[in-house]
Amino acid sequence: MKILAIDTSNRPLSVAVLDDDHLLAQTTITTHRKHAEFLMPIIEDLVNKSDLKPSDLDRVVVAAGPGSYTGIRMAVTAAKTIAATLGIQLTMVSSLLTLCLNVSQPDVLVNPIFDGRNQNMFTGLYQIGDDGNPIELIEDQHINLDQWLELLEPYNQRVMIIGDTDAFEEGMRQALGDRLIVADKLADLPDAARLGLYGRQVDPVTNVDAVVPRYLRLTKAEADWKKLHPNEDTHNYVEKI
Amino acid sequence: MTRDLILSFESSCDETSVAVIENGDTILSNIVATQIKSHQRFGGVVPEVASRHHIEQITGCIKDALKQAKVSYDDLTAVAVTYGPGLVGALLIGVTAAKAVAWAHHLPLIPVNHLAGHIYAAHLVEPIEFPAMALVVSGGHTELVYMPEENKFEIIGETRDDAAGEAYDKIGRVLGINYPAGKPVDEMAHRGHNTFDFPRAMDTDDNFDFSFSGLKSAFINTVHHADQIHEELNKADLAASFQQAVVDVLSDKTVRALHEYPVKQLILAGGVAANRGLRDRLTADMEQFPNTKLELVPLSLCGDNAAMIGAAGEMLYQHGVRADATLNADPGLEFDWIKEPVK
Ligand SMILES: [Zn+2]
Repeated sequence: MKILAIDTSNRPLSVAVLDDDHLLAQTTITTHRKHAEFLMPIIEDLVNKSDLKPSDLDRVVVAAGPGSYTGIRMAVTAAKTIAATLGIQLTMVSSLLTLCLNVSQPDVLVNPIFDGRNQNMFTGLYQIGDDGNPIELIEDQHINLDQWLELLEPYNQRVMIIGDTDAFEEGMRQALGDRLIVADKLADLPDAARLGLYGRQVDPVTNVDAVVPRYLRLTKAEADWKKLHPNEDTHNYVEKI
Repeated sequence: MTRDLILSFESSCDETSVAVIENGDTILSNIVATQIKSHQRFGGVVPEVASRHHIEQITGCIKDALKQAKVSYDDLTAVAVTYGPGLVGALLIGVTAAKAVAWAHHLPLIPVNHLAGHIYAAHLVEPIEFPAMALVVSGGHTELVYMPEENKFEIIGETRDDAAGEAYDKIGRVLGINYPAGKPVDEMAHRGHNTFDFPRAMDTDDNFDFSFSGLKSAFINTVHHADQIHEELNKADLAASFQQAVVDVLSDKTVRALHEYPVKQLILAGGVAANRGLRDRLTADMEQFPNTKLELVPLSLCGDNAAMIGAAGEMLYQHGVRADATLNADPGLEFDWIKEPVK
């Protein structure tokens, strides 16, 4: 199976092309946030360098969020359009889980973090299973640091934080003390090769056209609206004319 | 003659649209998914919400457009896409999807200016004859564009503040009309009379620029003042007076531009081009220009749609305009200003 894997959830961009479990080509960039300009040329380049044509691809694997709204939309728009236009499979993977693929120790809990500003984070809790794949212990969510620490309380293992950890390290160390481990800098970056390898085993979506990013957060306008209209059906807001 | 088929994309604001256009002048399909209902909750377009809706709709629209046009990817000549001006997050969905399709099927990619699209909606009715002039009026734009020849767009005047459509939405709110207010205010105006003498800003200035913020403020002040003294104003008269001021300025400036730049065709385009008051007035004013044909873009093509992008895309394709995979959204994209006026 020829796989194209894409992650532009945050500042780093990572794209890879795999043939089953063989990596054919990969690019990871952290110096620019020009995903709009870079993503398609990099996909084109990697598929070329893999001696493949677009129509040779069998599946697109995308890190679908959470993350920067523009970032996850870029990856998901490219991924779902490529899958839809070529009539191939699309597999969605959590962008937080994607970071956990960089960790192999089974004896620590893995706590991937994206900065959601103002001491808010996109985060979840994982443990590496016997097959080497992350198992979700606490589901991905948008939450502030204090509430997250409450959710972590029942767990007394060591916790490895990974990702955009700078803004949260101190607060987490106060709560977890010596049990806190900070991942190395390379592990903070998504690795599209590992994303593709993992996504190879995950079922593809059944309806590519319906795919949207995992924002895990309503827009402010929608959240305010929902407070005032808690029972409204939100499904028919877009009409074909 | 070979048949050019362009698959075109438009996502600059709150419409996701994909079309298939044959030879630049025939619509084989024009799928438009509008988000108006969604943004009505908030009284105007919320950019992040718009971006989220675009990504929900985009591939479904592509499928529908090809199906309705009864063509496959192998039949296509090129892919065209709006890359500006507009909301950056919204534009990016169309641009990314268009690039992905172009790459996947080895098709050339044509970058299209949204305003060129609005103007080329006229080409779907009748071929544009040059030199031509276009008055483009919408929620985001109010511009007079001179086209000395094909693929030359030169701004000779534009709004210095609010776009005309924006002014309609703002005074609509004061009249208790939800966005988009253009059509209801137009209808209301036809039931009223021009009894308030609202200012016509810059109408006599020696340029082709517009300004609508003074008119908007005068309108709002009039209503607020009446509220304070508990006086009930006739809403239809308010709407009629507002519309009269807008239409006067738009048509006066256009008429003066036509005196200075004689053209074969005047095109009225953009969302506000659907305004009946403006269409009637320009039609009447054009009687003094027997050598200039007036082309009113049909109501169905005034709003944002991908058919117009395909029409402009075909013209650009013929002129060799291409983009590569680095194409980015350009939210502030503009035509050049005219360099030397022809006198
Ligand atoms: Zn428009």
